[in-house]
Amino acid sequence: MLQTAQRTAKSKTKKAASAPSHKTGADKAAPPHDRFLEAFRWMLLTRTLEEKLVSLYRGGLITGGVYIGKGQEAVSVACGLFLQKGDIFAPLIRDQAGRSAFGEPLLDVTRTYLGSRLGPMRGRDGNIHRGHPRNNELAMVSHLGAMISVTVGTLMAKRLKGDKNFVGLACIGEGGMQTGSFHEGMNLAAVEQVPLVVVATNNHYAYSTPNDREFACRDLVDRAIGYGFEGYSLDGTDLGACLDVIGSAVKRVRAGRPPQLVVASVLRLSGHGEHDDASYVPEEVKRQPFARDCLKVAEQTIVDLNLVDAETLGKWRKDAIAQVEEAIAAAQQEPAPEGDKEDWCALSNRGLADQPESPE
Amino acid sequence: MSITYLEAIREAQAKLLRDDERVFIYGQDVGGTFGGAFKATKGLAKEFPGRVLNAPISEDAIVGTAIGAAMQGMRPIVEMQFADFSSIALNQILNQAGTHYWRTNMPIPITVRLPSGGTKGSGPFHSQSMESIYAHYPGLIVMTPATVEDAYTMLIEAVAIDDPVIYCEHKYLYYHLKADQLPEKGLPTGRARIAREGRDLTIVSYSAMMQESLAAAEELERDGFEIEVVDLRTVKPLDTDTVLASVARTGRLLCVGESFPWGGATAEVIARVTSQGFHLLDAAPQRLNAKDTPIPYHPNLWSTHRPNAKNVAAKARQLLRE
Repeated sequence: MLQTAQRTAKSKTKKAASAPSHKTGADKAAPPHDRFLEAFRWMLLTRTLEEKLVSLYRGGLITGGVYIGKGQEAVSVACGLFLQKGDIFAPLIRDQAGRSAFGEPLLDVTRTYLGSRLGPMRGRDGNIHRGHPRNNELAMVSHLGAMISVTVGTLMAKRLKGDKNFVGLACIGEGGMQTGSFHEGMNLAAVEQVPLVVVATNNHYAYSTPNDREFACRDLVDRAIGYGFEGYSLDGTDLGACLDVIGSAVKRVRAGRPPQLVVASVLRLSGHGEHDDASYVPEEVKRQPFARDCLKVAEQTIVDLNLVDAETLGKWRKDAIAQVEEAIAAAQQEPAPEGDKEDWCALSNRGLADQPESPE
Repeated sequence: MSITYLEAIREAQAKLLRDDERVFIYGQDVGGTFGGAFKATKGLAKEFPGRVLNAPISEDAIVGTAIGAAMQGMRPIVEMQFADFSSIALNQILNQAGTHYWRTNMPIPITVRLPSGGTKGSGPFHSQSMESIYAHYPGLIVMTPATVEDAYTMLIEAVAIDDPVIYCEHKYLYYHLKADQLPEKGLPTGRARIAREGRDLTIVSYSAMMQESLAAAEELERDGFEIEVVDLRTVKPLDTDTVLASVARTGRLLCVGESFPWGGATAEVIARVTSQGFHLLDAAPQRLNAKDTPIPYHPNLWSTHRPNAKNVAAKARQLLRE
C-alpha cells in the first residue's frame, strides 16, 4: 500500500515529495499518486528496454556487455524524477530508470549499446559509460566513487558563478562505497556544504562478493554522521518509499540543509552484467524481503489501490514496447564508426596534439 | 627588479585571478594567510576572497572537484602540495580528465600544478618527477618550464588551453632562478627552444635538468666543444622537428631527464630521432636519467642519483669521442 510504504521509510519527512518534474512539466501540487504512476511508467519503460537489450546481447548483436538495473528501478527512478533544469545528475551502472526520468532519450541508450556513430559516445565508449555533461548528466567512469567529487565540483562551480536553487544527485552502490575516492568525495561534499544527495543502493553484491566481505559496520547509513551528512534508510523495493525519501532528501538540500545520504536496500535481480549468471546468490537470499521485485510491488500497489485499470496498464506496456522497438530500429540503421575514418585526437585543441610519427 | 621562478608562478596566478573570473585555485594549504607549502599562492586568498580555497588532504577529490568545476565553465588551478602526491589523484587525472573530451566531446580545462623534482634532503616521497607518467596517457598536455619567463607565460597559457594541462614546476628552480622582468608573451605551447647554440653535439633536456645541461655545455666549451642545448618546454606535445633540426646540425644526441630511466621523455626523444632521423646520426644516441631506485634522502646520495653537470659532461665527452 502506498501510504503504508511511506510510513515504513525511515524518513523524517512525512509528506510525499511534490517537487515538479522537469520532464513532464507536472503540476507542482501534483498528488502523490500521479507521481507514483509517472515513476512506474519510467520503471516499466526501463524494464522493457533492458529486457530487449539482454536479448540483443544474447543474440550477439551487442558487443562488450549489458548491465541492467533489474530490481533497482524504483530507487533509480526516484533519483531522476525530482531533479530540475540546472540540477546535476551523476547516474551509475544501474540507473537507466533515473536517466530516463532525468531526460535521457532512449535513442542515446540504443545508439551507445549498438555502437552508432551518431550516439553521444560515437562508439568511443559503450553501454552504461555514457552521458551528456552539457545537459548536466555526467558520464560515469568505471572507477567507482570517482563521480562523487566531480559532482561536488559542478556544484561548487555553480555557487562560484552565483547560480541559485540547484542541487546535485550522485548514485553509488555499496560496492563503490568502499573506495577511497568515495570517502574523499563524501568528506569534501560536507566540508564544502554543497547541495548534494548521494543515493547508495545496497544490492547486496559487489559483482559476486556479498555484504559480509564488503564492510563490517552495522549499517552503511551510520556512516552519514561520520561524513557530516544526514542519513536515511530506505526499502528500495517500495516505490512509494523511494519517492518519499529521495524526494524529501532532494527538497532538503534545495532548502539549504546539509548533504544527504540515502541508503536503499534491494537485491540485484540479475548478474553483475549479462555475462554473469549470479549463481553465487543463495536461494535463501532470494527469499528475503529486500529481494522483492520493485516493479511487481509497484504494479500490485496500482492494482490494489485501483489507481488505473488493467486496460490502461496494458496500453502502457504496449507503449513501452513500441518506444523501445523504435529506438532500437533507429540505432540499428545508423552507421558504425570506422577505424580509418576516426579522428584520433584526444585533445580539443588539435594544434597541441602530439605527433609521435613522422607525417606520411 | 629581480623575480624568482617561484614568484613568477605566483604572479601568473595573480594575473589569472585578476583577468579571468572563471579562475580559482584549489589545494592543500593554498588559502588563508598561509599561501601554500612553498608560498606560491602567498597573499592571493586575501586579494581574491573566495577564490583561493583550502582543501582537505584528498588529492583524488581535489582533482575530481576541479574537473566538475571545469565542466561548469570554470578554469580551476589545482596545486598539488608535491608532485609525488598526485599519484593519489592519478585516477581522476588519467581516467576522468584525460578521457573526457574523447568520450563526450567536452574538454576539461583544468591546470594541475605539480611541485616536482628533487631538492636536498627531500627523500623518496617529496622529490619525484612525474612528467613521463602523465605524458604516457592520452588527453593531457605536459609542461615542464625551465626558466622564470617560461614559468610565468606557460602557466598563463596552461589556463587558457581548453584541455587538461599538467604543469610541472621544479622545486629546485624555485629560488635558484631569477629574471629581471616577466615577459608579456612566450613561445607558443609545444615549441622547443634552442637555449644554447652549438655544432658538435645536441643535448635535449627540460625543467631543472636544463641547468645541469647548460653547466655541462659551459664546461665542454673550455675544451673547445660547441654544445647545442634544446629546452623541450613541453614534453607533450614533443617538438620533434626542433630536435631533429638540431641533430641535423650536430649529428650527436644526448637526452637528459630527471624522471626514472625506464621509458619516459628521454626514451621518447631517442625513439623519434632514431626512427625519423637515423641518417642524421653520427653516433648512437645516449640518455641520462635518475637511477632506477627510489630517490634517496642524504644529499651525497641524492646528488649522485639524479643527473648532474658532471656526469652529463662525462657522458657528452664519451659521445663526442665516438
